[in-house]
Amino acid sequence: MSEDDITKPAGSRSEGSVPESAQRILELADDELILGWRNSEWTGIAPFLEEDVAFSSIAQTEIGHARAWYELAARLTGRGRVDADTLAFDRDPDEYRCAPFVEARLVPDWAKTIARHWLYETADAIRIEALQASDDPEVAGLAEKIDREENYHRMHADMWAERLRDEARFRSAVDELWPSALGLLEPGQRDRLCEILSREPVDPVERGEHTEELRPLWEEMTMVRRSVPGASW
Amino acid sequence: MVTVERVWEALGEIPDPEIPAISLVDLGVVRAVTVEGDKVRVEFTPTFLGCPAVEVMRAQMAERINDLGAEAEIDIAAEGWSSDRITPEGRRKLEESGFAPPAPGAAPTTLLQLQKIVSRCPYCGSEDTRLENLFGPTPCRSIRYCVSCRQPFEQFKTI
Repeated sequence: MSEDDITKPAGSRSEGSVPESAQRILELADDELILGWRNSEWTGIAPFLEEDVAFSSIAQTEIGHARAWYELAARLTGRGRVDADTLAFDRDPDEYRCAPFVEARLVPDWAKTIARHWLYETADAIRIEALQASDDPEVAGLAEKIDREENYHRMHADMWAERLRDEARFRSAVDELWPSALGLLEPGQRDRLCEILSREPVDPVERGEHTEELRPLWEEMTMVRRSVPGASW
Repeated sequence: MVTVERVWEALGEIPDPEIPAISLVDLGVVRAVTVEGDKVRVEFTPTFLGCPAVEVMRAQMAERINDLGAEAEIDIAAEGWSSDRITPEGRRKLEESGFAPPAPGAAPTTLLQLQKIVSRCPYCGSEDTRLENLFGPTPCRSIRYCVSCRQPFEQFKTI
């Protein structure tokens, strides 16, 4: 990040926006926050109790990871002007960098939920592994911590993919989600995902444009923050 | 005069917010204590990043240190927590209160490895137990079931 970026007067940027160098971290944080939110929608209504607990717990750790990445992004850019909550809740939906892949509400489609969970965890492992080799010790250290927690998400996702792999609904959900799953990763990382999953590359659905599903989620997610600015509990 | 030993002792009296049978020191979340005059710096490493108990732990540590007449600085350590950091005393206390301690060593990464973990029931001591759910009521725990005494129990995840 250049000195220019951080010395820009706060007014020249919209609240909570950050320079390009931290955008990669924001992509990760936004993916984790939005997917964590979507996973939490199964709380109380999963097909059975074990999955109710599992999806709630996975959602909690994804959102914990989002917070850790937001805190890091805030430290890299904000000089006290932004914090994790500012980044998570005070941006406009258009400023979020999450991939379209994580945006859809999939309740009550369990097969598609598992397809997304499995594709996400498999792709996420590739980028987390890359981040562990980062030159920035803070990024590498955080990626290492997160990887050890994500290990449990991966085992859970693999277990379900194994169970459902011959089910037509699961297979067609994987086919449908495949182009947007590729869009989670940077171009150089996509071959690896194809290789792990033994799938052919296709034109990816890239990050950048949002689906119409993001705004209603954002409205709900930021409702308290917007209605009572500065509230704490 | 505050000493490093006195600080460790005080932190060792703070119960874990979610499993009060075990202290923060037994849980292995306190990594280092340094004292300079009346300033105490604690490096701590929360179990899971999404653990909601982190802020409670931080506040309790600061309070105990203030009680000793010192200023507290609580920093998050760069290294992550590992379940191997739970002390032998901590493992014993966990078992006594109905939690199976984590399997020692590296975490399983495949389903096969996961299923091979032998875990002893903290209630009856039987090793005839099975994994019910990788996930439990907090990020750090899984749920198991004892086939011998038909008791569900929680186990700390190995991370």
